[in-house]
Formats: sequence, C-alpha cells, structure tokens
Amino acid sequence: MIVEIGHFALVLALAVAIVQTAVPMLGAHRRDAALMAVAVPAAFLQFALVSLAFAALTWAFLVSDFSLKLAYDNSHSAKPLIYKISGVWGNHEGSMVLWVLILALFGAMVALFGRNLPDTLRARVLAVQASIAVAFLLFIVFTSNPFIRLDPAPFEGTGLNPLLQDRALAFHPPWLYAGYVGYSMTFSFAVAALIEGRVDASWARWVRPWALAAWLSLTIGIAMGSWWAYYTLGWGGFWFWDPVENASLMPWIVGTALLHSAIVAEKRGALKSWTLLLAIIAFSLSLLGTFLVRSGVLTSVHAFAVDPERGIVILGILIFFVGGSLALYAWRAPLLKGGGIFAPVSREGALLVNNLLLAAATAAVFFGTLYPLLLDALDGPKITVGPTFFNLTFAPIFVALLLLVPFGPFLGWKRADLQGAAERLMVAAGLAFVAMLIAFALMWEGPWLAPLGMALAVWLVAGAASEIAWRIKLFTIPLGESLARARRLPRAAWGMALAHGGLGIAVAGIVGVTAWRAETIVALAPGESTQLAGYTLTLEAVGMRDGPNFEATTGVVRIDRGDRFVARLMPEKRRFPAERQEKTEAGIHTNWFSDVYVVLGDVAGEGKWVVRAYRNALAPWIWIGGMIMALGGAVSLTDRRLRVGAPVSAKAHSGARPVAAD
Amino acid sequence: MRTILAAMLFLLALALPGHAALDPAEMLEDPAAEARARAISKELRCMVCQNQSIDDSDAELARDLRAVVRDRIRAGDSDEEVFDFVVERYGDFVLMTPPFTPATWLLWLAPGLVLIIGGGVALLVLRRARGRAETRLTPEEEARLAALTGPETADRG
Repeated sequence: MIVEIGHFALVLALAVAIVQTAVPMLGAHRRDAALMAVAVPAAFLQFALVSLAFAALTWAFLVSDFSLKLAYDNSHSAKPLIYKISGVWGNHEGSMVLWVLILALFGAMVALFGRNLPDTLRARVLAVQASIAVAFLLFIVFTSNPFIRLDPAPFEGTGLNPLLQDRALAFHPPWLYAGYVGYSMTFSFAVAALIEGRVDASWARWVRPWALAAWLSLTIGIAMGSWWAYYTLGWGGFWFWDPVENASLMPWIVGTALLHSAIVAEKRGALKSWTLLLAIIAFSLSLLGTFLVRSGVLTSVHAFAVDPERGIVILGILIFFVGGSLALYAWRAPLLKGGGIFAPVSREGALLVNNLLLAAATAAVFFGTLYPLLLDALDGPKITVGPTFFNLTFAPIFVALLLLVPFGPFLGWKRADLQGAAERLMVAAGLAFVAMLIAFALMWEGPWLAPLGMALAVWLVAGAASEIAWRIKLFTIPLGESLARARRLPRAAWGMALAHGGLGIAVAGIVGVTAWRAETIVALAPGESTQLAGYTLTLEAVGMRDGPNFEATTGVVRIDRGDRFVARLMPEKRRFPAERQEKTEAGIHTNWFSDVYVVLGDVAGEGKWVVRAYRNALAPWIWIGGMIMALGGAVSLTDRRLRVGAPVSAKAHSGARPVAAD
Repeated sequence: MRTILAAMLFLLALALPGHAALDPAEMLEDPAAEARARAISKELRCMVCQNQSIDDSDAELARDLRAVVRDRIRAGDSDEEVFDFVVERYGDFVLMTPPFTPATWLLWLAPGLVLIIGGGVALLVLRRARGRAETRLTPEEEARLAALTGPETADRG
C-alpha cells in the first residue's frame, strides 16, 4: 500500500510540475500576478509529493519489502541499516528519484526565500526549474519506474553490490547530486534572465550563492569518490581519468569558472553574457554526465543501440535543454546590455584569464572523454585515451592557471598595478623557492618536476596567506589593529583565501603521490618480512573472520620503522555470498604526511600470499586540501551579502535585533 | 544525474574480482628490466576491460599480454620494438595514449585551440567594448564625470 502511495505521489508530482512549468511562464509573459503566484505553492507541493515518493521507497528498503522489485534487486535483509538506506539510491531508478528530490527541494527553497526577487523573474525561474523536473519525472515514470512490484514476493533480496557497501561511496551521490542540481538552479536563473532580457546585479547576487553551494557540494562529492577509489580499489591511486570520474570533473571545472565570472557580473556588471553561457554549460555538462553514465554509451556506442530506450530519452532531454538553451542564448544574449569596461590587467582581466584556462582544461577533459566515442560512432579507428593524454594536455593548462591564482586577489578592479601585485607576492615567491630547494635536497632521486610542483603548492598557500596579511596590514600596523581588521574582513575574503590555500595543499598531495610513491609487490609466507621506503612490513598471520554480511580473509601486517613499532594493519579480501562478489579493503596507516598502504592479494602457492604495499607520500593532503577548499566555499556562503533570503539592508537597520548584524 | 555509483557498478563488475594485478611470479629477475616492463604495461590497454592498463588489470588477457611484454624484453627488444610488436597485433586501440594521427589531430589540439580562439575572441570583444565605451559619452557628460570624480579614483573599486 505504501509503495502504491509513493507511486501515486510521483505521478502527481509530474502533474504538478507540468502546471508549475506552464502557468507561471504564461503569467510572467502576460504580467498576470495571479498566474505567476501559482509557482510558489506548486513548488512546495511538488517537493512534498516527491518527498513522499522517496520516503515510500526508503520505507520498502528499511522493512526489506522484497515485493518491491527495486528492493529485491538491490537489498538484502542481512545488510546493515546504513546500506539499506543508501541502497535506495545505489541503483539507477532510485538515484533518479533522489535527483528529482533534490531538484524539488531547491525549487522549494527559491519559492521560500525568493520574496525579494522580482515577481516575473521568480515565476520564470521556478517554471524553468519545473520543466527540468517534468523531463526527469517523465523519464522515471515511463522508462525507470522504481515502484514495480513482484508477485509472488521473493523471501530474500539479491543484495547490493559490495563495492557500494561503503560509507564514503554510499553517501557521496547525494553530494554529487546536490552539485549537479545546484547547477540546474544557475541554469534556471540564466534561462529566466534570457527570457526576461536583462541581467542586473540582483540577478548575479542570486546566482552566486547557488553557484557556490553547487560547487561546494560537488567538491565534497568528488573528494569522497576519489577517497573511496583510493582505499578500496587497491591501486593506491586517487584519480584514474575514468570517463565516469571525468563526467563529474567537467561540471566542477566549468562551475569553478562560473563562480569566478559571477563575481565580475555582480561587482562590475561585466562578463554578463559569458556568465550566462557558463551557467548553461555547467548544467549541460551535468546532463551530459547522465547521458554518458546512464545510456551505456561508455561501454560501446553499439551497446547504446542494443537497448536504446533510456539512452534515447536521456539524449532527447539533453538535446532539448542544451540545444534549447543555447538557441535561446544565441537569440537573446546579444540584446543584453554590456557592462563595465576594464583594462586587460585588472581583476576582471585576471578572472577572464582564469575562465579561459578553465575552459581549455574542460576542453581537454571533454575531448579526452568523448573523442573515442565520437570516432567509434563515425566508424573511425578505435582509440584509447588514458592518463598520459590528460597529463600532457590538462596538466600544463592547470599548472599555468595555478601559477596565476595568487595574482588575482591583488589586482584591483578596472585597471590594476601588476608591479605592485608582484611586489606584494615577493614573500610567497621566496617561500616557494625555498620549498623547491628543500624538496630537491630531500628527494634528489625523484623526478625533477616534483620540486617545482612543491614550489607551486607553497606558492598557492603562501599567496593566499599574503593576501589576507596584506588586507589586514599585518606587521605594518599594530597587531591589535590587524586582528580587528581580520575580524571585519568579509567572510567571502576568508573563503577565497581558504579555497586557494586548500588548492595548494591538494596540489602538494597530488605531487607527492605521483612523484614519490614507493611500491613493492612480494609473495610472503606468514612470518616473512619485506622492506618499503624505510619501513619493515611483516606478514604476521592470515586468518578468516565473519562480517555482518560477508566473510573475510584478513592479513595481519606489522609495520616497523627501524626498531620502532609503527602500526598493525589488517588488509582484507571480503566475499559477499549473497551478491557472489569480492572486494578488497586496503590497510592504511597514515601519519598525516604519508600513508603506508597494504593490500592482501591472492594465494601465491607454498603457503605464501601476494602482498602489495605502497608508501604514498603526502597522500592525505589531497583530501585535506579538498576539504579546506569546500570549507572555503562554506565560509564564503555565510557572507552576509550572499546569505540567501537575508533581510534587505533597510529592514536590518530598523529591525528589532541590531546586535545580530555582524 | 550521472553517478559514479551506477557506473562503477557495471564498470567494476567487469574488472572484479581481485586487484592483485601483477604477481611476483610474473616479474623479471633484473629490476631495471622489470621497471621497463612496468612502464610499458602502464601504457598498454587491457582489451577486455574498461579503461584499465594491463598493469592494473586482473583479466586473463592482461596477464597474457604482460607475459608477452616480458618475453619481448627478455628477447632484447627496445621499448619501441615492444610497442610496435603489440600494436601490430592489436592496433592503436591497445595504446593507452593515442598516437598523433590525422584521426586524433582534433583530440590533441582541441585544448590549445580553445585557448587560442577563446583568447582571441575575448581580446576582440574587449577592444570593441572599450572603443564603444570611449565614444559613448557626450562632451557634457565627460565634463560632469570629470567634476564628479578625481583623476585617481578610476583605480579603486
């Protein structure tokens, strides 16, 4: 019964979304306030109905109702509670419902907080947002219905893919979706602005928090996914340039560009139409990711032709929204009034260069991911695009960008003093040089590029710190006054410094893992040892243990450094009988500067086991840096000016709580 | 939307089970030769996997190809000769990095083209915008502007 209510609610949500698309759009066109007003309650109702549908699905998973086909296919009564919940979106149909749920939630948030938006703009934004919901709800209801029942109901489910039974992986899709759907908001604002025919500062002020929130969520989602790949795939790598990974990286890069160009649009009224285009592209790439992952086109273009239904529908959605919005852009964008002018050397100019480099980096990922498919579709030669391609194209572009990052914040708007900026960065440059010398002295056997990479990392961190130091006039005025200035500094400034500094820390981690990894692959009998980068690894024992829904072969590996005991690691091979699959759990010891990473392999004969071990220098910094970047986004999001629904300043002055102002 | 999740699901279903790609028993005696074999293996695709090199893959075919690479190195082939040997049998598809051929010109040059074309367009648009802005003010407006702003204020903002 509950499942049927959920199904009914989802279909009803589709009907509401159709109304929410058509009526407010018409109302905005006719300036009819009554028709426009439909958007707000419709957005709330749509959110309530999709929530109900999602809750019904979750309930079926929680109580292990295997008469629901989705639960039968993706759950098992012996599965831990947390994975019963994550199982709801650990599959195609459920993940689509989660996607629409977040979409409806964001729509409801615009309806709730958007009172200070112009009526027509709000009506149009909600209508465009609802049109995306219509497309995806149609897709769910007609090709990916999660509410199909089985009769007779099976006694037991078939379980969830063991790889998905993992905390970081189970909870990274909601973050990724929040990111993608966040870009649907900036997309809706962009399309609404194109229909309105105007982009002003208040528009940009509304778009920035959404761009920021989407970027922040996507950063967390990608970092979690990469962390999962690191500890569970057993190769000790953090990024594999897999099409699936690239599909999430592309919206992130374009979203980063959008975040920066929206600043120019808000502060200076320039780059407006470019900002609109970025908003459209960011969401288009999110949709493209769906197409890539959902249609099966990645395995082969021909697999797409075998089972084309879902693929064709997604392709249709993709063409409608991407093609439609780009056509609208081509038609309306020239009508937008150009904004403030600026000299090439200026904050605007720097952000434009940032955008150019990010666009080129996106092109590298885009072509690297899609070109093999394109050639295949055109019956051209079959090619493979592996990591080396990205190292040769994406990496140099990104390095150029990173070199320029510290300059940006020192450049003034309109026309800037490059020499002044360079002088203020002398300390950072000096520190970067020292870091290079130290790295070279410590790791003189490693690749010669690595010390330059460390210099780049320090340049970013020190550059971000220099900017804050300069703004609070550290050491040029008394310390107390500097601290007072630091407190008054806008949160957005702190956020930017954190994000740029976090980037530097992540760069250090990436350089460390890439350049200074030590690896050993040996066959060990219990009691035998091997050496790895100054550590002694001893396989003490191999035994079996039972988990909640798996049985594991566990190795006990003792790590010593000289005479000192460091850690005892338990790498495992887990077998999941219900799902008839295996997965490895690496044993990882970290001291926050490097990881010792041990994987238990197969039986090597003669009572020996294959043991693979890595010393991954600076590996933890990749994710620490990523989290600092996300934190920077969060801090920036709490800036008063960006706070969604923050009372307008007139109200704040006459309000009852003047103390709460800062 | 796209989810790493679902794709990993079918992606790894192909790659599983096991991750212990390379086995110590397969390795060459000479560490320098083994290092060469590893480097070559990382640039050769496992033909039955999704975007995995034979160095990472556990598939039978990858194992066979790893053995072939090591056999060729034992026989005294240079890196170039090993690649040629493999490409002759499997085609360019087996290379993890596509060669620069007419079919891949666009692939290799696209990022640079975006940079050059994008930069060119940006410069053009900026120059036009500046030109327009300079001709837009009437002399009276110029005078008012001069009265309102000091000579230095344009720098700040």
